[in-house]
Amino acid sequence: MANSEKFVEIRHARKSYGSLEVLKDISLSVDRGEIVAIIGPSGSGKSTLLRAINDLDSLSGGEVWLDGVQINKTLGHREYEKHINAMRQQVGMVFQHFNLFPHMSVRDNVTMAPKLLKGISDKEAEALAIEQLNHVGMLERIDYYPSQLSGGQKQRVAIARALAMKPKVMLFDEATSALDPELVEEVNQVMKMLAEEHMTMVIVTHEMDFAASVCDRVIFMDGGVVVEEGAPEQVFRNPKEERTRAFLRKHLSVHGKG
Amino acid sequence: MDVDLILKVYPHFIKAAWVTVELSVLTILLGLVCGALAAAARLSRFAILRFIGAAYVSVLRGVPALIFLFLLYFGGPQIGIQLSAFEAGVIGLGVNIGAYMAETMRGAIISVDKGQAEAARTLGLSRFQAFRKVILPQAMRLMIRPLGVNINAQIKGTALVAAISVVELTYTAQRYIGSTYKPFEMFLLAGALYLFIITLTGKGIAYLDRKVRLP
Repeated sequence: MANSEKFVEIRHARKSYGSLEVLKDISLSVDRGEIVAIIGPSGSGKSTLLRAINDLDSLSGGEVWLDGVQINKTLGHREYEKHINAMRQQVGMVFQHFNLFPHMSVRDNVTMAPKLLKGISDKEAEALAIEQLNHVGMLERIDYYPSQLSGGQKQRVAIARALAMKPKVMLFDEATSALDPELVEEVNQVMKMLAEEHMTMVIVTHEMDFAASVCDRVIFMDGGVVVEEGAPEQVFRNPKEERTRAFLRKHLSVHGKG
Repeated sequence: MDVDLILKVYPHFIKAAWVTVELSVLTILLGLVCGALAAAARLSRFAILRFIGAAYVSVLRGVPALIFLFLLYFGGPQIGIQLSAFEAGVIGLGVNIGAYMAETMRGAIISVDKGQAEAARTLGLSRFQAFRKVILPQAMRLMIRPLGVNINAQIKGTALVAAISVVELTYTAQRYIGSTYKPFEMFLLAGALYLFIITLTGKGIAYLDRKVRLP
């Protein structure tokens, strides 16, 4: 049953669109409380891999496990729908473009799913909204609508929305890529705070500094395979593979760092 | 222009305008129901439903509404469907406008950003829950204006039932021309009443659109 060593486990993941192989036999695992960054060039398959964890993109082959339960089980349509909906409640996801619900207030964005899926009362929902929004520093915007918020504020609300389901793991799909540079830090701060609270996180990112300072492990993907993985200082300072070196050279020089 | 004549006959035209309003309301309601069902069918995960929805839309949009009306009213009895002119008018035009409304609704639903459904599903909502809580409320806002265009077309489209002798506005104008020989005045009066109904409806739709607009 639940194996704390391998809290999230991906076994031999494959994914192809027609003849295009996006993921080529990827296996990796994430420990409970571990923070893993996935880096790599566009089209390397890192977002596809992340989205496969909660089956938003279904794998062509391979298995995904969370806390001893297989997420992408083979079941009949109805049973699978029930199973995957229950599994997804345990996996929080944050998107590049926030995907807040524009027709709902900040409060309702946070409480809609817990009210609908966990049947909590209005009073409990209100307490939950206050707790989660306070956590990400957005409590004073509880009555606002998404269109009235900045990008950084939207993303913090999106994080609160995911956390309100009390997930076992949080997935971040380039959560700061769509933000104006001056708004990136406020979202990074929230993610750092979650890291300090030992939330298990898988973070697809282009921000090497953030990955280096927050993550326990960095995975470099290219062409649908894991090229290299290791502690941030090892991967960033002392990459073993030439492909990693080439990527880092290019990426770090773009930002004028190195 | 014979203003006295207009003043004399206009109460009859008002009465006929009410029939036009009645026809409009009933056909639009039937159209909304048919449209919603067809849009749902076209978006279904079952191929057979998608096919039925697509067939309904393309057949009804590909046949003149007048032909469909004649088929139902004059051709119906031949296959055992007996309808009054009013019933045939409501059913014929309602089913017809439903095909256009189906496309309007489907268009609004598929133009809601894909990320919305993903975010909802990621939280654990079922397909249906995501549709009801997240997609539909946004699609409804998107479809009010274009449905307004369908409704506008349908109000004017009720004039077709004059061809099967339903005593509405257009038929009434024709009848009074027969007895007064004043087509200019009669059609002017009928046209003014259509314009009045359409303008009022347009204002209602614009109000609704403003009311549900997001901040």
